[in-house]
Formats: sequence, structure tokens, C-alpha cells
Amino acid sequence: MIEQRPDPDALLAKVQREEAKKRRGKLKIFFGASAGVGKTYAMLSEAHEKRAEGCDVVVGVAETHGRAETVPLLEGLEVLPPRIIEYRGTQIREFDLDAAIRRHPTLILVDELAHTNAQGSRHPKRWNDVDELLDSGIDVYTTLNVQHLESLNDIVGGITQIRVWETIPDTVFERADEVELVDLPPDDLLERLREGKVYLPQQAERAIRSFFRKGNLIALRELALRRTAERVDAQMRDYREDQAIRDVWRAGERVLVCIGPTPLAEPLIRAGKRLASSLHADWIVAYIETPQLQRLAPAARDEVLGYLRLAEELGADTVTLSAPEMSAAILEYAREKNVSKIVFGKPTRTGWRRWLLGSVVDVVVREAHDFDVYLLACDKEPAASNAAELSLLTRSRAYLGLRGANGAAAKKRYPGYLWSVAITALITSASAFAVGYLELVNLVMLYLLGVMFVAMRFGRGPSVVSTVLSVAAFDYFFVPPRFSFAVSDVQYLVTFAVMLAVGLIVGTLTVNLRSQAKISGHRERRAAVLYAFTRELGATQTEGDIAHVAVKHIGEEFEGQSVVLLPDFQGRIRHPGSQSVQYSFHGADLGVAQWVFDHGKVAGKGTDTLPGTEGVYFPMKGAAGPIGVLALLPVNLRRVFLPEQQRLIDTFINQIVQAIERVRLAREAQVAKVKAETESLRNSLLSAISHDFRTPLASIVGASSSLIDGGTHLSEDAKLDLGKTIYEEARRMTRLANNLLDMARLEAGSVKLNRQWCPIEEIVGGVLTRLQSRLTAHPVTVKSPPGLPLVHVDAVMLEQVLENLLENAVKYTPNGTPIEIGAEAGAEEVSFWVADSGPGLPAGKEDMLFEKFYRGATEGAQSGVGLGLTICRAIVEAHGGTIRAENRPEGGAVFRFAIPMTEEPPQIAPEEEQLANVQ
Amino acid sequence: MTKANPVIVVIEDDPQIRRFLRTGLQAHEFEIHEAETGKLGLILAATRKPDLIILDLGLPDVDGVEVIKKLREWTSRPVIILSARNMETDKVAALDAGADDYLTKPFGLDELLARIRVALRHASRPELVDGGNVFKAGNLKVDLGQRRVYRDGEEVHLTPIEYRLLTTLIKHAGKVLTHRQLLTEVWGPSYVENSHYLRIYMGCLRHKLEADPARPKLLLTEAGTGYRLVTDVSP
Repeated sequence: MIEQRPDPDALLAKVQREEAKKRRGKLKIFFGASAGVGKTYAMLSEAHEKRAEGCDVVVGVAETHGRAETVPLLEGLEVLPPRIIEYRGTQIREFDLDAAIRRHPTLILVDELAHTNAQGSRHPKRWNDVDELLDSGIDVYTTLNVQHLESLNDIVGGITQIRVWETIPDTVFERADEVELVDLPPDDLLERLREGKVYLPQQAERAIRSFFRKGNLIALRELALRRTAERVDAQMRDYREDQAIRDVWRAGERVLVCIGPTPLAEPLIRAGKRLASSLHADWIVAYIETPQLQRLAPAARDEVLGYLRLAEELGADTVTLSAPEMSAAILEYAREKNVSKIVFGKPTRTGWRRWLLGSVVDVVVREAHDFDVYLLACDKEPAASNAAELSLLTRSRAYLGLRGANGAAAKKRYPGYLWSVAITALITSASAFAVGYLELVNLVMLYLLGVMFVAMRFGRGPSVVSTVLSVAAFDYFFVPPRFSFAVSDVQYLVTFAVMLAVGLIVGTLTVNLRSQAKISGHRERRAAVLYAFTRELGATQTEGDIAHVAVKHIGEEFEGQSVVLLPDFQGRIRHPGSQSVQYSFHGADLGVAQWVFDHGKVAGKGTDTLPGTEGVYFPMKGAAGPIGVLALLPVNLRRVFLPEQQRLIDTFINQIVQAIERVRLAREAQVAKVKAETESLRNSLLSAISHDFRTPLASIVGASSSLIDGGTHLSEDAKLDLGKTIYEEARRMTRLANNLLDMARLEAGSVKLNRQWCPIEEIVGGVLTRLQSRLTAHPVTVKSPPGLPLVHVDAVMLEQVLENLLENAVKYTPNGTPIEIGAEAGAEEVSFWVADSGPGLPAGKEDMLFEKFYRGATEGAQSGVGLGLTICRAIVEAHGGTIRAENRPEGGAVFRFAIPMTEEPPQIAPEEEQLANVQ
Repeated sequence: MTKANPVIVVIEDDPQIRRFLRTGLQAHEFEIHEAETGKLGLILAATRKPDLIILDLGLPDVDGVEVIKKLREWTSRPVIILSARNMETDKVAALDAGADDYLTKPFGLDELLARIRVALRHASRPELVDGGNVFKAGNLKVDLGQRRVYRDGEEVHLTPIEYRLLTTLIKHAGKVLTHRQLLTEVWGPSYVENSHYLRIYMGCLRHKLEADPARPKLLLTEAGTGYRLVTDVSP
């Protein structure tokens, strides 16, 4: 035997369960066989003990039914006031979930776990409420009768002939941290009943005759005891898994239950559940949708949905597989999921049909060497369960918010039948003309052609009708003796038989082909939709864009309105601020959305939470946590809850989430980059400032103190010298401060370009005038051809660029060398340049010049923090232009920048017209 | 000197700047009155009958622009603005409110004195434009009575709008005129957004009147603010 190691998945699941439990409250269920065994009593008694221990206990709901022993137990306990709900004129008292969560006690008592809440409550069932209480970290005590357990529901129904509809999923029971069996022998219970301790005397009498028969009570007690024992066993198993006691380690069994669209599915699922829990195995319920099954009426498909939902309630994983062939799909899935046991219902095909057409079960049994295959015998149509099926169906419909099957679809078929009759008649009359020229055999061919056409256009039913009519018409009109169904030659019987068979087969094949084509068409369309969606999402840059694209595509695909709701900084879901588009869902309920966002669960119409709300709310979960909520208001809920549609929605949501995460990550990366840059900038700024500010400050302090101290001893010339020093150094510091301020403003992004149409000449002229005093040592030539166009720029900023470039030229070149400033207009841009005849730029470092705090020579005598060129680049880039530096071939450096011309310069009105306006 | 020293009211809250202005200006024989706040400044401006007012925009009690507006309600005496704000919008706001000139801190005493002289000269010769007088600056001569313009003694032909622009500048010679002021006065209030009109005509005017239009000496551009016609051009 191979040694079996603990399954890592199972271990991980266990750890996760325990993690979740740490945050979750603990659930204790007081479990009984029937009403009256004293569950509430036991619960209240224990609550008193807890309270005595100093625990903060609150009674959420306690159904005492006015029983004399129970009522006094409420004394001394804090009882939450119930929520009053008006429903059809009567007042209904319900458990107040919100008040309980607000109160947040350590322990809360919530009686009757299987209770169904009044309409308009947040959750349809009380166990949902309890779940939320546990989620928010409150311990819960509750009570439950065995008949309310979903998996035992049908058995109890069988025993007592009374079926209850208030059921809870077994998972709730299994996940309870503690289950206390409140047991009372049947005789004692009957005694209590007779004494009127459970019901009022008349009620008690009726109850004893119907439900509380001794036989029933014994059976229920056994069920309750056994269920509790199973739980204890499961705990034992968990404990052993914990301690890794290898000897009793069992392979992870996995049961696959295959259901079809028949009422047999429900007993099959329940039986599968019992098998799985007796094996302590995971179980999966699979529905395989073949092309034939996809053609089922919507009502039947809804029914399947109901079954899958039942399976989920019983704790199964469910899956819908789409495949052309059932057996292959089952086998493949079973292998993929490591299934050990496959459960089927007994095949419905029997006798020769099974022999001829085969059965899925036979194929699976033949092929599956590595699985155990179970065939469950199910009573074909048990009378009691018939009614049950009906209500299950209504249940699943109500759950989907659908009305009954609509007859409109059925009506559409009649034209098909009419056409099949008409086409057969047409062929018959055509054949009547051709009968003299054509062999009878060829007429048969004509008829078959007609059948094929009908099959192709109108489907199976009309094609069958057409086949039968064709055979009859052929016999009556053309086979001698004509105009009678009698046949002279027995050979024609063979012709009829073959014609019938061929007609039927051709019809069926054609129909199948057609439906396959339709399905692949659907699939292709869906793939195209998803492709288009992902492609458009890929091009989005902001969350608003993503929401727009999502709303548009979801609207087109699900024919409904939707909205992507994202939280603000405090985690409160907000309506989107962006403009609405065609498929926007207005008035989404933010309360529901908030709940969905906080709990990460689907809510809204057709779900367990707030089913009264318009629209369905899906959580959007990202890798790091919840991202937002997708609210969808579909025209038809079926479009959302059909399995394949749900997969599609999941895919859509995944895509949206990924897109949003992509955008956010990009933004975060940007922020991080900026932070890093800021950090290094701060360092170089500090070192630059400490040098560039201190040097002139030292001169100023020195010179001014000499002036003060020296007083009258200083000669006039010396005083003048010192004054000049102070003046020049202060000027230098002013330039520095201005540069730093400009840079800070540009970096902060607070500078908005004040673009106006300006003549280039004026910009150049303005700079030259302003720098006149500083340019005296260099001959400056201006090279601008006449007729330069207006440029659409921020003139002040552009002058700043030219000023910085000219100042650099003055600063870094020997006195007397010429400086050239020029501009020229290209087809799409205007370029400016400033050239000097100095020593030129260090080779290979041309681009470095524009970096912050870079200076040609480090710590040289030249002043300035090295911001001038950085400011130039920032300004030019803000204009959408480029700037570069290079060495001139004839010696010296040239700085050149180009501003793109995106618009035509404005025309000005002729002078006469302006004057007319003016005067 | 037949006339008493010109009187200047300085409205400035910083004591160091006040001290520097006081010593600097008194050395050049101006009579100085100082105010720390806008309110006190308005009172001084009313009682001391100053020839010129120097105003800091960043005052502790009222915004400098408000002070200009209040002053302009009753006096046309020149106002020179001192400010540490060097954004063009601030300058334009102050000039539009009626200030004559604008100096950004830090500034040298020579710069301030030059501006003060221009402002005082302009204020003392308002009759220049009236009564068919002749305006002269550098190589430019404008005979306002005969509507004739000469450059280096040769007559220059100007279009009506160019001429109107030039006379507007002459009327306020030495003073900075904002784009808005010039557009309103030459083209009319509906043209204030069309600053390119002004720029194009200013370009034409320079080509006709300046020796080197790329390096104007007469018609100066005040970056982002407006234009100024210089009166004391060194030829």
C-alpha cells in the first residue's frame, strides 16, 4: 500500500478555516429531535450561567411560546427589542440584526435558526443573519430541530408525512463550533405534551394525533442522535488529521454526482449528499449540458438551476459542463478533479432503446477503470415528491424572479409546421407535372430534398411531419395504383420504409448540424465580445474610462444597465462622479453596495441578501482586497444567473478588476518614482544650496560688517568697493532664489501656460532689452528672417528660456566672444537657438546638462545651482516641444529648442473693418 | 530750486525696507512720510498731498490693490508698486487698478529713483498731449497737432490704428500700460481678449519707428504685462 501523505490542499483549507474562525464568532447550536424537547430552555439556562461568569449576554430572539418553564428564564437577561415590519396590514416582529451588530455583545441568543424572515428584511433566512453576526465577531447561541436540516428534509418528510420548507443548509450545521443535543425520551416528551407544557391543551391533542406520534418521535430522535454522532465523528477525524495519525488517514475521497434535467435530480442530490457525508468526502454536483439539452425550454433550464442551488445549499460544489458528449465530459472532469466515485441515477432508457442507443452510464462504466460508479435507484415518481418537485421549481423561479414559462416561444413553431405541409404540397404538385418524364425513384429524391430544407429551416418537429407527409403523398399520388394508399407492388413498401428512415435521419442530422452551428456562433460572438472588452479595457488610462467601457459592454451583453461603484478614501462606496453613458444604472442602492463591498458577497435580487432590492450587486475583489462593486440591473434575471452567463459575468468582473488594478499600480509606481526622485533631489538641493547661498552670504556679511566696524577709518573708495560687493552678491542670491522659486513652481505643476499669439520678434526683443546691461561684454547678433509667424506660447515663460540660455552663454564664455540668437519657422514647428563661441560642451554629456543641479564644472567659481537649463527644459516640454544642446562645428555650444505649431495663427481683420467696429 | 522738495508717501509694512527707502530717498532730497498700514497710508496720502505714492502690495490690513482703487477714487498722483510677488497676474491686476509702475523686490535704489523720476515728469507735464504740442523721445518726433510722425527727421506714414496706438502710449509716456488698457483705449472694450491685435500692431510700429526692431529702445515690452513708451532714450 502506498503511504498516503496529508493532502496539502486539505491542510491549507484547514489553516484557512482556523484563521477565519479567529475573527469569527463561535456558533453553538442546541439541537433537538422535535419541538418541545427543551432547546430554548437549555439555551437560556446556559446563557444565565455565562452571564454569571461575567460574559456580556444579550437575547436577540427567544421564542418562549409562553411556556411556563421558559418565560421566567428571560428575567435578568437583556432582551433586544424586535424590529416591527408592516406586512400586508399586520405587524410582524422580527429579529433586529442591525441593532444587534450595533450593540455588539460577546454572546447573543438567536432562537429558531431555520426561521424565514419577513419580506423586506436584509436576508431571507435567519441563518443568514446569524452568519453575519458571526462574521462581525459575535458568538451566537441558537436552536434547531432535526427536521430543518436540508439533507434530512426528505427523510423526515417520508417518516412524518409532513414536509417542512424552513430548512437550513447542512454546511451551517457542520460549521457550527459546538452542537449540544437536547434529548428527551419520547415518552417524557408525550408526557409533557399531555401536561400542556408544550402547547395549549386542544392544540396538544391535535399535535399528538398528527406529528407527535410515538413512532415519529422515536424515528426523529434516532435521526437527531445519529446526525450528532456523525458530527462527533467528523470532529474526531479532524482531530486525527491535526495530529497526523497516519494509520487512519484516508485518501481524500471525492464524489461526483451527475444530474440531468429531470425531477430525479433532487433525490439523486440528497442521496449523493448522504453518501458523501458518510464517506466524509468532498462532493461535486455536475450538470452536463449537451447541445440537445441547450435546446431545452427555459422552464426546464431554470429547474436545473434550482437543483444546482439545492446542491450548493447541501454543501456541494456545483459545475455546469458544456460538451458535445456527456460521457466523455464526465470522465474528463472526473479525472481532472481526482474524483473517486461517480454517482448516477438509474438510466432512463431501458430495453432495446438502451441496447440500441446506448446509455451514458454504460459508456462510463465501460471506460472508467479508475472510478467506482454508483447507480442510485430512485423511485420514479413518488407521489409525495411530485408536489415537492413542483414547489422546488416554483422556488427556483421565485428565486430567479421569473414568471411561469411563457407560451410565446411555443407559438412560434406553428408556422414551421404550416411550412412543412406547404412545401410537401408544392413538391407533390411539381411532381404531378414531372411524373411523365421522371422515374418514381427521382420523385423520392425531390421529397427528400424538401425534408432537408424543412429540417434546416424549421427544426425537428416540422421535418418529421414533412417526412411522414412526403411518404403518404408519394404513396397516394404516384405509386400505382395512383390516388389510393393501396400498393400494387410489395417492393414499394421497402421504398416507403427507406424513405421514412432516410427522411428522419437526414432531418435529425440537419437539425443537429444547425444547432451546433448556432451554438458555435454564440460562442464565437461571446469570444468576440470578451475580446473587444479586454482590448478596450487595455486602452483605458483612468478608472472612469474603465467604468465607461465596462458599463457599455456589460450593457450590450446582458441587456441591462450597470454601474461600477468605487469607494472613497474612507472606504465608503460612492456614486461615480463621471458622466453617465447609455447603459448607466442610475439610483443604485449605496447601502446594498456598501454591504457587498464590506462582506465580499453577492447581494440583491435573486440572492440571499436583500432580495427585495432592484438589481444585483457583485463584489469586485482584487488581489489585495475589495476594489468596488458592480451593480447590474438586468432586463431578465435569467441572463445573469444561468451558469454560463455567470461565468461570463465573473470574467467581465475579473477583467474590470485587473484593469483597475493595472491603473492603480501604474499610479502607485508613478508616485513611488516621484518620491524617489524627490528624495535624491532634496539631497542634491541641500548640498547645492549650502554652497551657493553661503558663499554670497559670507561676502555680504563680511563686507557689511567691515563697513560698520571700520566706520570713519575707511576711505571713500574702500566703502564704495564694499558696497559694490554687497550689491553684487545680493543680486546673485536674488537670481538663485528666483531660479529655485521658478523650479519649485514648475515642479509643483501649479504653473498653467498662459498661451497667447505672440510675434517671435517681440519675444526675442523683450529678452535682449531686459538683459542689455549684462550683455555688454559680448557682441550679440540676432538672426531672425522677416515674416516669422505668430506663435501660440506663454511669452513670459519663453522669454525665461531665452534669458537663461543667454545668461549661460555670458557666464560660460570668455568676454568679447560673440553670441548669436536666432529663430526660424518650419512647416510644423518654430525653433529658437542661442549659440556661443566659447569652449563648448563636454562631449557625451549634452543631455546631462538639463538634469537638475548639473554644472559644467563642479563647484567652480561660476555661480548658480544649475537649475537654469532644467527650468528651460520644463518650460519647453510644457509647450510640447524639445530642447537639446550640441557643439558647433566651428566651435562653441548651441542650445536649440523647438515649439510645435498645432494651430493656424489667427487672422486679423483689415484695418477699415476694425476702425468701423471701434467707431 | 524754486519748488519745494517733492513729497513721497511710502506705504510699506517692513521696517528694514522703510529704513532703506527713507535714507535713500532723503539723500536724493525727497520729503518722506511713512505708513505701516494701508489705512494709515490712505490718511497720509490725503493729508500730506504727496507728489507720488510708493505702495507695497502685501500689507497687513488691506490688499494693496484695494488701496490703489481707493486712491484712484480721488487722486491721479502717480503710484509705484513694490512687491515680492512676481507673478504677471499680480502686476497686471495692480496696473489695471491704476498703478503707474511696478517694481519687484529686491530692487536697487537706482531703479527706483529712475521710475520715480519718470513718473514725476509724466505727472508734471500732462499738457504735453494737449494744445498741439510736440512729443520728442530719442529719434522720434510726433507733432500731435498736425498728426505727423517723424523718425530721424523723416516723416513716417502710420495707419490710423498705428497712430492711435502711438498717441495712447504718448499720453501715458513712461508708464506701463497693460494689454487690457491699450486694447480698450485703441480698439474698444470688446477687443480686450484679442491681445494678438495689439502685438501685431506693436510689431508694425516698431518696424516703422525703431532703428533695430529686434532690440527696441523706445517701445519696450513689459513681459506678460504690457508696453511702455520710454521717454529718456539715449540716442
